[in-house]
Amino acid sequence: MEGTEIDLNGERLVLDVSGALWWPARAMLVFSDIHLEKGSSFAMRGQMLPPYDTRTALKRMQAVIARHAPKTIMSLGDAFHDRDAAERLDADERAMLSRLSQGADWIWITGNHDPAPPSWLGGEIVEEYRLGGLVFRHEPGVFFLPGEIAGHLHPCTTVTMRGRSLRRRCFVADGARMVLPAFGAYAGGLDLWEPAIHALFQGAFGAYVLGQTRVYAAKGRGDYHSARRKASDDSQPSRMAMNTVESP
Amino acid sequence: MLARAEDTSLLPQRFAAWFAARGWAPRAHQLALIEHAMRGESVLLVAPTGGGKTLAGFLPSLIDLARRPPRRPGMPGQRALHTLYISPLKALAVDVARNLEAPVAEMGLPIRIETRTGDTSASKRQRQKTLPPDILLTTPEQLALLIASREAPRLFENLKAVVLDELHALYNSKRGDLLALGLARLRTLAPAHRTVGLSATVADPKPLIDFMGGGELVRGLAGAAPRISILASDTYVPWAGHIARYAMADVLEAIKRAKTSLVFVNTRANAERTFQELWRLNTDNLAIALHHGSLAPAQRRKVESAMTRGDLRAVVCTSTLDLGIDWGAVDNVICIGAPKGAARLVQRIGRANHRLDEPSQALLVPSNRFEVLECEAARDAVMANELDGERLRVGGLDVLAQHVLGSACSKPFDADKLFAEVTSASPYAHLSREDFDKVVDFVATGGYALKRYDRYARLRKTPEGKWRVSHPRVAQQYRMNVGVIVEDPMIDIRLQAKGRPTGAGGRVLGQMEEYFVEQLAPGDTFVFAGDVLRFEGMHEDAAYVSRTHDPEAQVPSYNGGKFPLSTFLAQRVREMVSKPETWHVFPDPVNEWLRIQEWRSVIPQPGQLLVETFPRGSKEYLVCYPFEGRLAHQTLGMLLTRRLERLRMRPLGFSANEYALAIWALRDMGGLNMDRLFDEDMLGDDLDAWLAESNLYKRTFRNCAIIAGLIERRFPGKEKTGRQVTFSSDLIYDVLREHEPDHILLRATYEDAATGLLDIARLSEMLARVKSRIVTRRLDRVSPLAVPALLEISKEMVAGEAHEDILREAEESLIADAMRIDEKSCERGRN
Repeated sequence: MEGTEIDLNGERLVLDVSGALWWPARAMLVFSDIHLEKGSSFAMRGQMLPPYDTRTALKRMQAVIARHAPKTIMSLGDAFHDRDAAERLDADERAMLSRLSQGADWIWITGNHDPAPPSWLGGEIVEEYRLGGLVFRHEPGVFFLPGEIAGHLHPCTTVTMRGRSLRRRCFVADGARMVLPAFGAYAGGLDLWEPAIHALFQGAFGAYVLGQTRVYAAKGRGDYHSARRKASDDSQPSRMAMNTVESP
Repeated sequence: MLARAEDTSLLPQRFAAWFAARGWAPRAHQLALIEHAMRGESVLLVAPTGGGKTLAGFLPSLIDLARRPPRRPGMPGQRALHTLYISPLKALAVDVARNLEAPVAEMGLPIRIETRTGDTSASKRQRQKTLPPDILLTTPEQLALLIASREAPRLFENLKAVVLDELHALYNSKRGDLLALGLARLRTLAPAHRTVGLSATVADPKPLIDFMGGGELVRGLAGAAPRISILASDTYVPWAGHIARYAMADVLEAIKRAKTSLVFVNTRANAERTFQELWRLNTDNLAIALHHGSLAPAQRRKVESAMTRGDLRAVVCTSTLDLGIDWGAVDNVICIGAPKGAARLVQRIGRANHRLDEPSQALLVPSNRFEVLECEAARDAVMANELDGERLRVGGLDVLAQHVLGSACSKPFDADKLFAEVTSASPYAHLSREDFDKVVDFVATGGYALKRYDRYARLRKTPEGKWRVSHPRVAQQYRMNVGVIVEDPMIDIRLQAKGRPTGAGGRVLGQMEEYFVEQLAPGDTFVFAGDVLRFEGMHEDAAYVSRTHDPEAQVPSYNGGKFPLSTFLAQRVREMVSKPETWHVFPDPVNEWLRIQEWRSVIPQPGQLLVETFPRGSKEYLVCYPFEGRLAHQTLGMLLTRRLERLRMRPLGFSANEYALAIWALRDMGGLNMDRLFDEDMLGDDLDAWLAESNLYKRTFRNCAIIAGLIERRFPGKEKTGRQVTFSSDLIYDVLREHEPDHILLRATYEDAATGLLDIARLSEMLARVKSRIVTRRLDRVSPLAVPALLEISKEMVAGEAHEDILREAEESLIADAMRIDEKSCERGRN
């Protein structure tokens, strides 16, 4: 399978190459920060981004779901880019999302962008979800909680070898807690060197970088200079930009 | 030079007296311009530097303005903008304004002259729109802003003349596209105005005249032929490399002999290195300064004013000083490295000596063997008065999108009329109506096949069928985004205060491309702003550095200033190489090098492409010599390695320079059908597949998306406020390419890349030219001609783009690090 297995607080998890998290023991698939309709949200303000981000994300979800056949699917928050995003879906996209929501039990963790997903999607809506050794929530908690799995931060890292570098989304984990990469087609990213991410981890942590066909392990702490990147239209939002731009 | 007496009748008394008082006589071309202006004709003046070109451009306007009836006292002047001057450099606009003030003041003319640049205060800019000066000096970007303003029709209705300075540097570029569209608008707003183009010597003035919308050609008197010498040693000429370290003592001698020298190099990195080398030898402490685009503006201004005062003996500089303010004192130009083009060489030589009757003095310093050939070819071309013709670009659709939005910002436009106006601009003469409509649609709603954004449209149709902006915010966005220069993201380089922690503030030395800084680890050293610096770390948005004396400094590998060898010069070099009877002009080592090549392999004839294959070490090599410039070779390298991969040759990498491309692989490539390997069809699917993931291409997309207004421009410091809309343009590219590969913006990107970063146009011409004219040689070892290309392999980073391989490599090195058992850990293990 296209994924990397890791242990988190005693649970065996698979980091899927798509950026989703697969929990085989519970047949549960987790997507974080899908940010549906981010494109149209920018179009409303005059930036006509290609209106294909939602279908791209839905198609990718469909493929991962088909691969794992989960019993439970979780959105770890910010499934919709803003409160009205669901209203802007067109008929095809609405149908696609409906189909996805009917094939499994859905758990919607509320995020800062989507306090309440639309009721027609069904499923359970919670702020936090505990199962086995794991705690799922959108934003990482202020206090350390073993087994916490969060999203919200959109982690990314830059890998540099022989003068060439690649910037990719990644999972970040240290055996006790984990942050998931954003799944959305237009979702920006935050670099590991940003305190918002590395301050979550007390000691060493690993970055698991999303490649085309597999997940690669990369250095986490101690490599901040190569991971460093400030907000730019070429890269992704800084912490500050994320809070102001991506908050409703 | 004395003009004929009857000509001076063209000059009003006041002007003739002014010339006489200064002991000058008007030059023939100055009078010719007055004559044409009196007939209301537009003129392109082609003249070398130092011919009083700028004054010639303004004289008719000054004469016309001097004839106006005086304003009656007490009456508020109904003054209107008379002459608009446009320069590619704002510094030049300011300088020309200053130089124009002198004759105006000395003749006591009631003429108001003002500049308008990005530095002009908002209140003054506002006032200029309602109470314009008689003569306004500005840049193409400011013109775009002016014509997009509501006041444009009134501001320009009485415009009499437009003066376009350094037109040769503008007309065939994206900025030229923007300017051409602006000029087309001016022709609509003020149909009676005339245009004066001022240009350095060009191979073909026709495209410049077309750009101006038509006109007469006036040639200034040619100056004395320059004296060009080539520094070449009969004992040693380096095989490869781009810093002529071997020649630095001679360069310093040349600086000593002259009053003031400009030392041109081709890249910022080379500027740094050359500056270092010169100072290592400069025991006399000659005042030698450094000037390039990454230095802090204050630093550059300091060097420029020291130069103006005559305090400097030499400035090491890049193309930043190709154009600009005249420095009378410069009497010697030294060009280190390849001249790249004959026109560029003429331009640079022209920076020395602004008196026409004296020959300019120039010294060419080749830094390797191929450059010796290039220097000789360039000198021959200049002495024969032959210059490179330029491939004419087609107007960018991204620039057009910007202009369409600007037009709507001024007042609602009629699509038919705007189309007619746009196609009157020469870069857009062949624009189809269909493409124009697509661009309008793009500006309005993004132009997607999936019509999702109609309700958010930026442009809407009025009941009369005109297009207007839907919201004042749109006009505001336009103003923030105007212009076609998109800089790489840059990072401030700050000098860390001694004994203070990183991030505690420090003087800004300049800026470097973010991608370069990203590759530095604390402790790495590099040369910047003439100092060897040690990277200490990042803090907020700046890189902190300290001074150090590491002799093995890594040097910034900026992209800045890497223009390719011109097609014209490449042609001459190829011809020179093909004729052994001309080799005697070369220094002995070069001559010997070519003779051995002739004996060991073959000297390709013009029109042929030589491909050599040979083993070396544990690898197999394929080296070809298209002489088409680094960019085209790099693209060729990308495409060939793809093909070789498919042919199971197991290619490992390639390196490209201006003349050759070397590919190495695990398998012997000698048995391949080279005609098939180099077939033009590589520009089909292979190119397409590569473009999907090419970083160079994605960067081009980002630039086009910004210019077209899809993505907002990023302003220095602004991102810190967090208001900046941020997302990755790469993600946008991926999604758009997947869902709408024919989208107008992707076409704009392709057209841009084809003549820009990827040089596909040139590659395609080359592949067509060498078709069935490929000469192959299978050798048992490396050929003399291949040596420079192979030597660059160790020096240059393996050209190519970051691939997923590096993720795997990084992972492997991480594992190796983790698993390594060295002595220390063994000891620890035992304890």
